[in-house]
Amino acid sequence: MTFVQFLFNIYAGITIAAAIGVVTVRNSVYAALCLILTFFSSAAIWILLEAEFLGIVLVLVYVGAVMVLFLFVIMMLDINREQLVERFIKYLPAGIAVAVIIAIEMIVVIQRSAFDTSEQYKAVAQNAPDYNNTEALGELLYTQYLYPFEIAAVVLLVAIIAAIMLTLRKRAVNVRSQDIEKQLRVRPEDRVRLVKMKSGQ
Amino acid sequence: MGTLYLLIPLAPLLGAILAGFFGKQLGRKGAHFVTSGLVAFSFILSVIAFMQMDANEVYNQTVYQWAVIDNIKMEVGFLVDHLTIMMMLVVTFVSLMVHIYTIGYMHDDPGYQRFFSYISLFTFSMLMLVMSNNFLQLFFGWEAVGLVSYLLIGFWYKKDTAIYANMKAFLVNRVGDFGFLLGIGVIVIYANSLDYITVFERLGVAMGGDNNMLPLDALTQAWGLNHQDMIALLLFIGAMGKSAQVPLHVWLPDSMEGPTPISALIHAATMVTAGIFMVSRLSPIFELSDTVLNFILIIGATTAFFMGLIGIIQNDIKRVVAYSTLSQLGYMVVALGASAYSAAVFHLMTHAFFKALLFLAAGSVIIAMHHEQDIRKMGGLKRHMPITYWTSLVGSLALIGIPGFAGFFSKDAIIEAVHASTLPAAGYAYFMVLLGVFVTAFYSFRMFFLVFHGDERMDDHTLHHLHESPKVVTIPLILLAIPSVIAGYFIGTMVMGDFFNQVTLLPKAEHLHQVTTIMVDHERHPAMEVLREEYHGIFSFIFHGMIALPFWLALAGVGAAWYIYMKDDSIADWFYNRFQWLYKILDNKYYFDTFNQKFFANGSLNLGTAFWTFDKTIIDGLFVNGVAKMTGWTARLLSHFQTGYLYHYVMAMALGVGFLMAWLFMALSA
Amino acid sequence: MIPLSHTLIVAAILFSISLAGMFLNRKNVLILLMCIELMLLSVNLNFIAFSHYLNDLGGQLFVFFILTVAAAEAAIGLAILVTMFRNRRTINVQNLDSLKG
Repeated sequence: MTFVQFLFNIYAGITIAAAIGVVTVRNSVYAALCLILTFFSSAAIWILLEAEFLGIVLVLVYVGAVMVLFLFVIMMLDINREQLVERFIKYLPAGIAVAVIIAIEMIVVIQRSAFDTSEQYKAVAQNAPDYNNTEALGELLYTQYLYPFEIAAVVLLVAIIAAIMLTLRKRAVNVRSQDIEKQLRVRPEDRVRLVKMKSGQ
Repeated sequence: MGTLYLLIPLAPLLGAILAGFFGKQLGRKGAHFVTSGLVAFSFILSVIAFMQMDANEVYNQTVYQWAVIDNIKMEVGFLVDHLTIMMMLVVTFVSLMVHIYTIGYMHDDPGYQRFFSYISLFTFSMLMLVMSNNFLQLFFGWEAVGLVSYLLIGFWYKKDTAIYANMKAFLVNRVGDFGFLLGIGVIVIYANSLDYITVFERLGVAMGGDNNMLPLDALTQAWGLNHQDMIALLLFIGAMGKSAQVPLHVWLPDSMEGPTPISALIHAATMVTAGIFMVSRLSPIFELSDTVLNFILIIGATTAFFMGLIGIIQNDIKRVVAYSTLSQLGYMVVALGASAYSAAVFHLMTHAFFKALLFLAAGSVIIAMHHEQDIRKMGGLKRHMPITYWTSLVGSLALIGIPGFAGFFSKDAIIEAVHASTLPAAGYAYFMVLLGVFVTAFYSFRMFFLVFHGDERMDDHTLHHLHESPKVVTIPLILLAIPSVIAGYFIGTMVMGDFFNQVTLLPKAEHLHQVTTIMVDHERHPAMEVLREEYHGIFSFIFHGMIALPFWLALAGVGAAWYIYMKDDSIADWFYNRFQWLYKILDNKYYFDTFNQKFFANGSLNLGTAFWTFDKTIIDGLFVNGVAKMTGWTARLLSHFQTGYLYHYVMAMALGVGFLMAWLFMALSA
Repeated sequence: MIPLSHTLIVAAILFSISLAGMFLNRKNVLILLMCIELMLLSVNLNFIAFSHYLNDLGGQLFVFFILTVAAAEAAIGLAILVTMFRNRRTINVQNLDSLKG
């Protein structure tokens, strides 16, 4: 077992343990924290697989932004703790059975597919010393995958607008907000009032 | 010559357009001057055309090419030979007489201009029909006269009976036209042309040649007919519709709902004879089929006798004349069946004159009687209406075939031709037409005596106002009475001579060497040859007629009518009581209408209802709504699986993935 | 050297766990969303592994796009959750059955 392999085993173990934690702990905050751990150790595995840029992005974007959003929501909502006490023992055997069956099936399929012995998957060229994963990715992204990249940006924009639209709500009278329809409907006489005044007053 | 021929049909069309679209601007007087003037112009041009006609050269030209589809030319063209020119003269002359007569007859009618427009349009259509040199134009004219006939029967469109009558005429004519159109279709398949002469030539070739090469032969053999039989039969079905032959005759008596002038013009003199004209024009086709000629003989003879019989018991003055028309059309058809086309056309011409005369005279009587048409309420009109009386007498004598009058020559020629015909059905036909002579004489003079002689049975008011009709009515009567007498003397040239033997063209065909106007295969159908051999001049023909059976039968008919209706009316009552059943059959017109109503109308209705029920229950109920219901039912069943809980869906998905992978696994291990 | 199959097996186990989590969790929609993130993560792991062993950067690019879509999905999902909580005062999965046929 090489050092890399050893590291991989450790990270894999943490990932799986943390994932089990996500689905089993009762407190949502702990679940979120477990998920962060899962992401973190996955990022480590990605870096072991020489996907450095994505590993860092996973930490920055997911752990830094998405998971914070999760925690934010969990803490913002006034969730009744008692209500959330689960009685999942009842469903545990069925759930585990399905999960185990699927896992076994997938593993068997993976094993039988002879990924490790096939010539096709062995060809891992040693990258040159000045190889830069970020640069290589960037070159592809801004040339061949330019349009998908743009579309991804639009998807994010849509997500932002949609999230705002969904959570926006009209508040009490004090809050000033724009009503575009009203702005478009307006006529001069509504805005300007000419008043006759005697001079000198 | 082309311009002249083009002007002849277009003049009445112009009149129709002017009177129809600008009737208000023209006014009543303007309308009748314009239309009558243009028809008179057309008549004069026809006379000029006849005068200038070269007996050896037939005009056969295309005026306008409309379309060419797969080498089939659709054209407007004229074929003018003696047959055409005779029809043109008859049509324009009778039309002119009717135009003039209408000025008096329709004097107070609110649809005055419309009427003139229609009859002018009719004249145009009929001229297009007779002058045509191809089947397409023939069919156009055929349908156009049918349309105008429909419009004119329903001229008084506020009268329910008139609307039913025109509907009936239209529908019954459709049956005939269906056959006609199919006939033209079969001709196009065989001959690949619409032009008369080309068709004659090609059918001649086709019929003489190797029949197995022809595309429709399998079909025709399956029906037990060869193709020339089929073509002739289908065309004749068209003629049966237009010329009102049994069993497609039912529309003609009802068409009397229209104004009297059009009964004279359309339903007696011209349109109904279109079928006769068509068969004569296409004689080269009909000559090829003995089967169809026999069929024609039977149909014609049946119509001639049995329709005359109904005329005896009718009391409506116009209906008597209508049944007489049916019977006379039967005579013409019999002549066609006996291959005596020239005799048929000759009778067509004489009949056009004397039957138009009789109708117009009947119209004159109707005006005088204040639109009373029941002959039982007339009588003794001889004193009050001398001109109508004498012209009617001429017409009746012509109709029953008294030697010297026009009808005698034509009818006697027909009877002789049938006698000489060698076809199997000729015996039956000869018997029927002989009996028909008696019947004709009987009903004609029954009507004549009841209307003009005897007691004055009308009410006092009518009696007080009785007077002769105005000049616009009597002048056409007199003008029509003249040819009703003298037209018969042309028999020497028209029937016995070579009038209709003009050579139209010398085609390049191997089999047909020439097409004459009327072609008769003298070897197979020798009737006309026999007639010609026995003909020794007009006077010997009259003399021979005097001693022949038909003359005495006619006299017997007149005598019987005189005795029964003038001397001793108890005989009529005795007959009526004794032969109640016969009267009932005749009164119901052999139950043709009842049969059509019960079988065709109700049958179609029931069939429609059955289909509708099928559509409603099976198509709509089972298939359309059934599918919808089935979907709904299945959906309701399946909706129980939709619990709405996410974890159930996830479970289902997971199970699906599990099964999929298990299958993949099996596939991989296999 | 990490064998390819090991990575794939880790991804498979992650996937199965998140699947079980979705099924077991009946009270909290938030956990469901987290499970979805987990599933996407396992898919991404597969992509990266294949990308490495096939020496093809295309796989990583796909991961890039999946991350984008997953972020958008998380944002909208949380927004919906907030709206839902506002309307119903609960995020209990067992109460969410308006999809029932």
